[in-house]
Parts: sequence; C-alpha cells; structure tokens
Amino acid sequence: MKILVPVKRVADPDNANKVKVSGDGTKVTSDGLEWKMNPFDEWSLEAALRLTENGSSKDRVGEVVLVSIGPKDAVQTIRQGLAMGAERGILVESDDDSLDSHVVAQVIAAIAAEEKPDVIFFGKQSADGDSNVAGTKLAEMLDWPLVNYAMAISTDDEGKSFTVKRELDVGQQTLKVQSPCVFTSSDRILQPESVKNGVTPADFAYPESEGGRYASLKGIMKAKKKPVDEKSLADLGVEAKRVNEYVKFDLPPARSGSTTFVESVEELVQKLHSDAKVL
Amino acid sequence: MTDVLVVAELTEGQPRKTTLAAVTFAKQVAEGTGGAFDILAIGEGAEGAAGALTQYGARKVLHSEVGGGYVSETFAATVAKAADGYGVVAACASSYGKDLLPRVAAKIDAGVASDISSVEVDGSDLLYTRPMYAGNVFGTLKITTDVQVVTVRQSEFDPAPEAGSSSPVEAFAAEDGGEAASKIEVLSLEVVKSERPELTEADVVVSGGRSLKSAENFENVLEPLVDALNAAMGASRAAVDAGYVPNDLQVGQTGKVVAPKLYIAVGISGAIQHLAGMKGSKTIVAINKDREAPIAQVADYFLVADLFDAVPEMTKEVEKLKAQG
Repeated sequence: MKILVPVKRVADPDNANKVKVSGDGTKVTSDGLEWKMNPFDEWSLEAALRLTENGSSKDRVGEVVLVSIGPKDAVQTIRQGLAMGAERGILVESDDDSLDSHVVAQVIAAIAAEEKPDVIFFGKQSADGDSNVAGTKLAEMLDWPLVNYAMAISTDDEGKSFTVKRELDVGQQTLKVQSPCVFTSSDRILQPESVKNGVTPADFAYPESEGGRYASLKGIMKAKKKPVDEKSLADLGVEAKRVNEYVKFDLPPARSGSTTFVESVEELVQKLHSDAKVL
Repeated sequence: MTDVLVVAELTEGQPRKTTLAAVTFAKQVAEGTGGAFDILAIGEGAEGAAGALTQYGARKVLHSEVGGGYVSETFAATVAKAADGYGVVAACASSYGKDLLPRVAAKIDAGVASDISSVEVDGSDLLYTRPMYAGNVFGTLKITTDVQVVTVRQSEFDPAPEAGSSSPVEAFAAEDGGEAASKIEVLSLEVVKSERPELTEADVVVSGGRSLKSAENFENVLEPLVDALNAAMGASRAAVDAGYVPNDLQVGQTGKVVAPKLYIAVGISGAIQHLAGMKGSKTIVAINKDREAPIAQVADYFLVADLFDAVPEMTKEVEKLKAQG
C-alpha cells in the first residue's frame, strides 16, 4: 500500500494567540513562534504509518511519501515526518503567499499523477488557515472518492478497499470505499484501535496519544539519509493562480471587561442573575 | 446583482436548522446586491423537506431526490448543475457543508470562502470575513472566480425567521454522480439523538473537561446542572478522548463552534483549540481549581473551587432561583 501524506508547516498552534497582524493589516506574522507540523497532518500521518506497518513488530509493509509545499525550510517538516517513519519526501518549492487551498489541491493532484498512490491522507484543515477545503477539492480534481473526518479505518484486502467510520455533526457514518481514494482524519483516528490493516495483529492496541508518534533517536538518524526530492511548480506544470485574495487581516476584538473572580457559588449565581442577567 | 443558491442540509427527510443560517447569509447578499435567493433541498425525502422551507422568502425552493444516504460524491454533481446561473452557492459550515461544498466548487472551478463569520457588499465585490488561526486572526477575502462558494458559521448567522410569504416549489432532476460516486457506498448512519437542546443552538452550554474523571461523573455531577439550566452539554477534546462522553459533544477548533448567551466551562483548562470553539459566547463562566488556568483569558466570571463541591451546589442554587420565578 502506498500512501501520500501532504504535510504543512504552521506557526506553533499551541501559541496561536501570539500571532500578530502587520501595521497595514496585509500580513499575518508569526515571528518568535516555532514552526510545527500542522497537527491535523500529523494525525493523518500517524494513521498512514499504522496502515503501512505491522504495529506489533514495527516492520514496514507499505510506503508513506510525504509532500510539503513551501519555502526551502519546509524540508524540516518533511524530515520530522521521515523520523516518525515515512519512507521519503517531496518538497515543492513555493512562496507561502502564492498558495491557497485551490493551488495546494492542484499541486497534490499533479504529484498524485506521478506517484499513483492508493491513498492520499490529508489533514482535514490547516491550523493556520482553518479552511477544510484542499483535501476535498483534490478528491474532485482526481475524480476519486473521499472520506472526510475518518475516525476508524480497516482493510482486509491490502488497501484495495476500506471500511471507514467517520464523524459527522449528526452522528457517525460508516462507508465502504474503493481505492484510490482521499482521506482526512478526525481526532479519534489516534485512538488505540482505530486502524486495522490486516497485518497488525487484530488484538494489538496503540498507546493512548494526543498526537502522532514521537520520533526515536534511531528514527531521527535514519531520517537524515532518507531521500527528499525537490520540485518546482513549473516541474509539475502548475500555475500558482490563487482564487482567494485576502484584502486584510485583523486581530479579534478583545473580550470586553476583565475576569471577575468570585468566592462562592452563591455569589456566582447572584452575579449571573443580577449583573450579567443570563440566569 | 448576485443571486444565491442555498444548499439545504437534510437529516431523515427534514431540513436541519443549520439551513436557516445559510438562508440569513443569502438574504444579506441578495438584499445588498439587489439579487434573489433560492433553496435546493437534496437527498432522501427532498420534496417534503422543500415543503418545510417555503416560508423563508426564497424566490423558489428546488428539490432533488438523491438516495443511498449522503456522500459528497453523489450530491455534488446535482448541486453543481443546479448552481448554473448563480453568483454564490452557500451552505452552513457544518460537517455536511464543509464536506460537500468544496467538491461542488472543484466541479465548477470556484473559489471557496470557508466558515465565514460575516459578509459585506462592497460595490461589485463581496468581502468575506472568516476566523483563522483558531479564531486568533480574522481574515477578509475576495474570491476571484465567477461563481463563489461559501460556507457560513452557524453561530454567527442567526436562523432566518419566517417571512410570511410562500415560495413556489419545483423539482430539479438529479445528475448521475459518475466515477467517484461508483466507488463509495454508505453502510450505515448512526444518528445521535438527545432530549437536550442542540449544542450549536442552545442559549446555555455547560461543558466538562477531563477533571470530571469519568463518564459516571458527567452523568451524576454535570448533567443535573445541565438540565437545571435547560442547557446543552459540551465537552473538551480531552474528555471526549478519554471516552467520558460521545464525540458529537466536542467543542473547539475541531468539533462544534458555539456562541451561547451563557457558557460554563467546568474543569476545562482552556487550551487554544477549545477557546476557538466558545470564545464568541456572550458570558463565560469558568469553574476550576487552578486560578492560573488559561480559560481565565476569556472568562467573565471565575470561581476557584473544586468542581465536585461547586457543581452540585450550583445546581441547587439554580433550582432555588427558578423556584422563585
């Protein structure tokens, strides 16, 4: 099974309240914040690694190829994914400002035409743009089926088809899908028994985790030798023509007033009743 | 003049209330540009659902029967065909809207403004404002394609009221889904049912975190307060991950975005990802042992207390207050 996992670097999402907007409102700046792998991509990478390994012996039984689109530094994000266990990477060099969901989907579609993966496992959204669009547009550009918000995935025919449970606002939907296909994941894909690939023993459970696996020291050393191809948009025949044009950015208005610390439940209920008038 | 097509969201043959947030958006665009808006009900039982959507001021309500359960692959071709002639195609940014509309957009070469919080008509341009960076930045964008696809944040667009006129209903022929649709099939849908108000529509939301320690404590400690307030119950990701409550109660950057009049965060520290889903609430209360918890950044009232003492006491106080009328 071959899985393509697009990975994006984003300003540290746990410190997203520290991003700033330039004086003229035309740019978001994240100076002083570390670049991290988009956590939603990290979940999808973890699921892709589980689909292509024997979870018990940790033997690899498939291939995970990482793609990142961005400046040369974005290779660090690819290296991080290689250290977690992916086989190789592709860096598509581009200026961050010339990308939007539409261009990203076009680039990944062009890579898919070359790589012919069984699955493209996207993050459902990026923690900076929060759009939740690129994976779905990609699926349509390729005319492939798509399962957004996958929370459990199993295959018993080596990835020719999958049974996928996904999270919707109204409940949970279970689907049968033929590959090649596109997935995105929900938080629940990290649960210990969310992925069943027919190779990992059926009773095997992954450790509880809030994110993808940690890279081992051995993994980090091996990652340095794993291949990363560099490509340009022109190599892929993609013209970076954005369809979304941001005209300005603003910080959200501060919440009015400060926090009132109350001493007792009685005081709290009284204030909610008499001052805030919400009870 | 911009005409808008609203794609209704159906569940079990009925329109969900999310549809009315998209209708409010459509009215704003139609009124601002001198255009009109129509509604498309699509899915199983679409004709009946269309009948339930005639009171909101649409020029017409279309219905298109597509069976087999919802997947974007079978719906998108029909929506794309119906979109012909409209300037904007819109839906609520529920999991349905976010799953379906980008596929429609790719079919008709349209840009997408996702999960917008407001729209402004600026001459011939529509300017969409949307939260980014987990709600820490608001970006305003234009879409440069001929047709524009938009999903709207339910908590920022009030449900459209009934308009007092009756829109005509018309059938719209469904299109075949094609190659991708032939490769996916719905095996089952488990719809979550609750007696409580819907999380995204409730006036009061009470959410619990991992400090509640168990599913039993959600039931025995938190739920009595939820019910005393006639509230919806929410949860942090940590509480959902720990299996204390079902997934559909998660509030946050992933999960539901809520903006009730009163939001009570019980034993929730307030990670950025959680704040993204609730900081638009009018009044925010935190009940937490740790007065340094980041939830203080957004809390209007903060009770530093052990939740296992404070929550049952608050339930009693609320009931006392209700008894006084």
